[in-house]
Amino acid sequence: MNPDYRLHHPKWHRQRMPIFWWLGKLSFTKFITRELTCLAVAYAVLLLLAEIVIMAHSEGAHERFLRLLAAPPVLAFHLLVCAALVFHTVTWLNLAPKALVVRLGGRRLPDWAVVAGHYTLWLAASVAVVWLLRGIS
Amino acid sequence: MRPPREPFFWALFSAGGMLTALVLPAAALYLWVSRPLGWVAAPTHAALMAHVASPLVRVALFVLIALGLFHWAHRFRYTLYDGLQLSHLYGLIATICYGGATLLTVFAAWTLWRFP
Amino acid sequence: MAETISLQVQRYRPEQEAEPTWQSYEVPLRRDWMVLDGLNHVKDELDGTLSYRWACRMGVCGSCGMMVNGKPVLTCATYLSALAPGPIKIEPLRGFPVVRDLVIDQSDFVEKLRSVKPWIVRDEDKPLAEGEYLQTPEELAEYKPYSMCINCLLCYAACPIYALEPGFVGPAAIALAQRYNLDSRDDGEADRLEILSRHDGIWACTFVGECSAVCPKGVDPAGAIQRYKVSAAAGWWRSVLMPWGTR
Repeated sequence: MNPDYRLHHPKWHRQRMPIFWWLGKLSFTKFITRELTCLAVAYAVLLLLAEIVIMAHSEGAHERFLRLLAAPPVLAFHLLVCAALVFHTVTWLNLAPKALVVRLGGRRLPDWAVVAGHYTLWLAASVAVVWLLRGIS
Repeated sequence: MRPPREPFFWALFSAGGMLTALVLPAAALYLWVSRPLGWVAAPTHAALMAHVASPLVRVALFVLIALGLFHWAHRFRYTLYDGLQLSHLYGLIATICYGGATLLTVFAAWTLWRFP
Repeated sequence: MAETISLQVQRYRPEQEAEPTWQSYEVPLRRDWMVLDGLNHVKDELDGTLSYRWACRMGVCGSCGMMVNGKPVLTCATYLSALAPGPIKIEPLRGFPVVRDLVIDQSDFVEKLRSVKPWIVRDEDKPLAEGEYLQTPEELAEYKPYSMCINCLLCYAACPIYALEPGFVGPAAIALAQRYNLDSRDDGEADRLEILSRHDGIWACTFVGECSAVCPKGVDPAGAIQRYKVSAAAGWWRSVLMPWGTR
């Protein structure tokens, strides 16, 4: 059939996608939530950048910044950010074996092994981050 | 009409996603929860300055910030296309996302270069 | 178990209505009946005007895909009793234009499938005298899951991106491209990469993952697409950083 004719065929019914299609199904809602964690990632790196700018400005400004971090609404918000970041990590690591096929000695590693490897990496990286941060004194 | 730059941005998104996934949760919990709550001793201003000034740390911070921003840019761009069905604003959204990420990355580079 | 169950079927007769409508049928609720058996009962005994596709009735031909209670399934593989007490909502597969009742137009998929060259592409054919191409079990295992695709289009119906993005090549087509890319006898990876890397072919995929969740054959198109993205990105970087090699 001529594909150009098909595109403008008057009688075929074309189903429309509702604008909030991602609210209709749990798996879709989880998907959109996972995607929106990128906002937490951007916020986190920008907050890091902000602290660098503030500490370069003056000690006083940095003190005020630290006090602001301790304010209850800010703290509560940052707990949400942390939760979002953890969700980002967990969803990312769980999907790792889909993209990464690891071969050791000619045999393909099973999915659970790839995931376990990634979680171990996360643990190691977290320990390293905390160790590095504690070393600043 | 759509130039073949997707693999480039996807690669940045992917690298940014992996790096931030491994590093950000621990860093966030330490810097923005444990530190303000006093669960860990807050480093002195002088010590922080000295550490951030080191070349290795500056590069590491730049990489983290840059990749994190480009991870956001690529992911958010597609979330807007699909979640709010704004594909018709393809060019505008791509410009805002990648352009925004680029500007902030340049600012981060400049800040870290001339630190303090 | 109740005697009957209600099927709420979406009807669309373009010659008499502008929009789809619903029609309910009571069919016997037999323990061993699939949704397809219910539809066949409707067609044979209740309403011969109902249009739908089916063939093998055993889950290998891929003809009988429909949305049952909002999920894309093979109607020959879905028990009526599993959906009791009902009513059971039956609609045509999402994401495709509806020709009539439960029949959709697949030409978009067929074109996209054709565009990925789903056949062995060789740089040079071996002469017949040299015999067949040999393949180890490990080489077969590399692409075997992707070869199980029966083109039933459930993955397309499940994919929100396919419904939103006209240029998206879609799960099954990309999985089938991978089936050939990963086949040790094939040399066509670069050809397919060129086609798929253009025009948002694969990059519109945001790894929702619903395609793999609904696939009746365990093809895992989501995994195929993610692996393809990795190899496409690597290929792109190679072409940028080492432009002198063409293959």
